[in-house]
Amino acid sequence: MIQSLLGIPPQVLFGQLMLGLINGAFYAMLSLGLALIFGMLNIINFAHGALYMMGAFAAYLLLENFGINYWLALIIAPIVVGAFGMIIERLMLKPLYKLDHLYGLLLTFGLALILEGVFRDLYGVSGIPYTVPPQLTGGWNLGFMFLPIYRGWVVIASLIICIATWLLIEKTKLGSYLRAATENPQLVQAFGINVPAMITLTYGLGVGLAAIAGVLAAPIYSVNPLMGSNLIIVVFAVVVIGGMGSILGSVVTGFMLGLVEGLTKVFYPEASSTVIFVIMAIVLLIKPAGLFGRAH
Amino acid sequence: MTNRHSATIAIYALLLVAALAAPLFLYPQFVMRAYCFALFACAFNLLLGYVGLLSFGHAAFFGFAAYVTGHTVKMWGLGPEAGILLGAASAAVLGLVFGGIAIRRQGIYFAMITLALAQMLYFFCLQAPFTHGEDGIQSIPRGYLFGVLDLNDSLTMYYFVLVVFILGFLVIQRTIHSPFGQILKAIRENEPRAVSLGYNTDRYKLQAFVISAALSGVAGGVFALTFQIATLNNVHWHLSGEVVLMTLLGGMGTVLGPVVGAFLVAAIQQYLAAYGAWVSIFQGIIFVACVLLFRRGIVGEIIHYTRPRTRAQKELEAAGVPVEGAAGQSV
Repeated sequence: MIQSLLGIPPQVLFGQLMLGLINGAFYAMLSLGLALIFGMLNIINFAHGALYMMGAFAAYLLLENFGINYWLALIIAPIVVGAFGMIIERLMLKPLYKLDHLYGLLLTFGLALILEGVFRDLYGVSGIPYTVPPQLTGGWNLGFMFLPIYRGWVVIASLIICIATWLLIEKTKLGSYLRAATENPQLVQAFGINVPAMITLTYGLGVGLAAIAGVLAAPIYSVNPLMGSNLIIVVFAVVVIGGMGSILGSVVTGFMLGLVEGLTKVFYPEASSTVIFVIMAIVLLIKPAGLFGRAH
Repeated sequence: MTNRHSATIAIYALLLVAALAAPLFLYPQFVMRAYCFALFACAFNLLLGYVGLLSFGHAAFFGFAAYVTGHTVKMWGLGPEAGILLGAASAAVLGLVFGGIAIRRQGIYFAMITLALAQMLYFFCLQAPFTHGEDGIQSIPRGYLFGVLDLNDSLTMYYFVLVVFILGFLVIQRTIHSPFGQILKAIRENEPRAVSLGYNTDRYKLQAFVISAALSGVAGGVFALTFQIATLNNVHWHLSGEVVLMTLLGGMGTVLGPVVGAFLVAAIQQYLAAYGAWVSIFQGIIFVACVLLFRRGIVGEIIHYTRPRTRAQKELEAAGVPVEGAAGQSV
């Protein structure tokens, strides 16, 4: 039994690594959605953090108003929020495709301000607790650390979600249409595939991923209108580090950076909130296209 | 053209008279706040409107300069002019570092990188001892300008802020209309072509970034002296978003647009302050409306509909062909 590693008690080290892995799970799911949307719509979805927050609120409101439990919320919330996203895509994003990409960023930034403002006005900023579902309470003593079951579940669930998304994109017919439409929308449309519908669907899928992440996050962090805005900026840095070229790339980068952040909390806590940004700066100086990005 | 030229002069003369007389009608604190924002937005517009670079982290320069000015004036006992210059210099150095990193990517990545770097600075300011964390630097003395003029007098302060704003505005004007500014516009219109003409576009972009950062720093330093406080709000991404909003609302790439936008955004903050979250809801709605309905911004739309057109252009427009190159150069 190891008593300490470099003077750090193993409980602390593994506890922080676990927290890092959880943060990494959220980075992975959110950057995956951002990359999907960017690939298809050429828009950086600034509202991604706000939609993640809406996912968490959807879980809370479903429980509060209809008594719908966590497991059903995990399915209903992404559908509801995803549908909301698709309406937004149809009404607001569609007119922007022919314009400079920057307009998409500005519009979704405005949307993020509106959504956050509305929830702040209704629910304040103090945060609302969401209890861990009974099946996932408690924890396991692994000898070197105590693992709360819910935290283990979040990591596993997010891995499953990321892999499922990857399979959907890489191995299904729908996915191959999506990839083709990302490369050359005119040609794909000429083959009789409804590209505008694919675009709407992609946006809904990306938003749905954000909403699932929000439901998973609800029991860990309290449900808070501002929970998305600080997270999304870190996720932007993650996306810059990984490059938006590949799905697996963004997932791997997400988890990796979560771990690095966890390690920083153990060894140099003062830098834990800035370490990802510092890594971004270093990556940009060495390999501007990002770790998995394609130079163009 | 002479008609149009004299109209421009008349507009500026009217604005100057209004600015000189404003303390008689408006609350000076509000107008000074608007001047600081206006200078900030004009500096930001130099990048967005004339080089086509969207920096989403400009609050870093404004806010960091506010801290430096506040610290040097309060703790080192420097005069206001030295404090502002040091604030601007530190913002320029910060701009050199951030700009050097960010210009390695283009377009949307540039926006994300500047936002992330500014967030890094935010966390730095949250932890660094000299910023006093959540409290900020409070009761910053305004002092005596050049050792003579007492800035604690609110009218003196008002005219000082006005003079700084006009000087900053003229610097930006001079930059835009210089050969250097022409190269910036060339980069905005077609960067590969500017490269093929032999211009080192990265160097020009970085220079523009540093100028913009330094002037944002001037605005931040003056802001710290005016309100005698430097806080985390000034380095928060919210302010970065607000300066984008001012420029977009007023009209990016127009000379007066950011000024108009700054006054409107300052007014929104002033009048909706009591309604809390509604400030950001309202700002969000304006963002969406600007992008969907009037991308030229208020001043840009006015220029567009009042500019002289040749008959051929009118016929083209009637036929539904968009005519570009209309972003106003004269107002």
